[in-house]
Amino acid sequence: MAEPRVILITGTRKGIGRALAEHYCGRGDLVVGCSRKPADLEHAGYEHHELDVIDEDAVKELFRRIRANHGRLDALVNNAGVASMNHALLTPLDTARRIVETNLLGTFLFCREGARLMRGSGGGRIVNLTTVAVRLHLEGEAIYAASKAAVESLTTTLARELAPLDITVNAVGPTPIETDLTSNVPREKLDAIVARQAIQRFGELRDVVNVVDFFLDPASDFVTGQVLYLGGV
Amino acid sequence: MNRADIERTVFAAVDDLNATLPEEKRLPRNGEARLIGAEGRLDSIGLVDLILSVEQKLQDEAGVAVTIADEKAFSQSQSPFLTLGTLTDYVTKLVGKDGHG
Repeated sequence: MAEPRVILITGTRKGIGRALAEHYCGRGDLVVGCSRKPADLEHAGYEHHELDVIDEDAVKELFRRIRANHGRLDALVNNAGVASMNHALLTPLDTARRIVETNLLGTFLFCREGARLMRGSGGGRIVNLTTVAVRLHLEGEAIYAASKAAVESLTTTLARELAPLDITVNAVGPTPIETDLTSNVPREKLDAIVARQAIQRFGELRDVVNVVDFFLDPASDFVTGQVLYLGGV
Repeated sequence: MNRADIERTVFAAVDDLNATLPEEKRLPRNGEARLIGAEGRLDSIGLVDLILSVEQKLQDEAGVAVTIADEKAFSQSQSPFLTLGTLTDYVTKLVGKDGHG
């Protein structure tokens, strides 16, 4: 039987991150998850670390532990993110800064440390989470969409920088899914986004899991630098 | 750590790197070996690999955490990444500054 993959997923306490963690634990992989608060996911193949994704010392310590405990990292899914739906004219700078730090700099930090670890274990896969808000230019999501547009740029450039190390870097952009991140968005706003999709339904967690599965599939080793939006956006 | 210790670490990183390279591209194990520039032996990913390997070995074998390639390194009038000797000198200076000497 093949050795279980070691998969690091950020933001596993709830929503998409949790669904991914449960999915890969269920498939026999070793999942290392993290979030700012404790998680109640209990599985023999799951370990949880409490940290903020922009705390560089804590992130480095996490990677040191992964290297010490598992000796390698096969895949990284940068899912942790924050959003704040508000008109740009009403968005405080502190909020904007927090969104950019968590979504962009947190993703950068994990990509950097993850690729360093993958480099020593013959390559790996990185999947970043973006959003259809980038392509749809959604009003009220200026900073959130800008931070994710930067994640997309990071994804495509890293794909080139990391290709010689046999590391692929891709991104998935979900449509609205009913998670905590969208719970504060008015229903009519969510419905309006869905109306702009080719396939007009809310996204489901399984839709995201399916795309991440594709990017992590051993047969996808020629797929890198891609941003895949769900729902036909 | 003194310069001789650092040089041993750098050469150990060179050994690791060489193990992944075809014979004609391997770095000689001496201070004069050119890393970058017209006669440089490494491409950009090779240099990244060597620097990360030195950082990792310093951390693993001596508990010394240094960041070799930062703005300071790139703003030096003479690049610390020119030869294995200049790299060794630069890392020796960094380790000394951080109080690990």
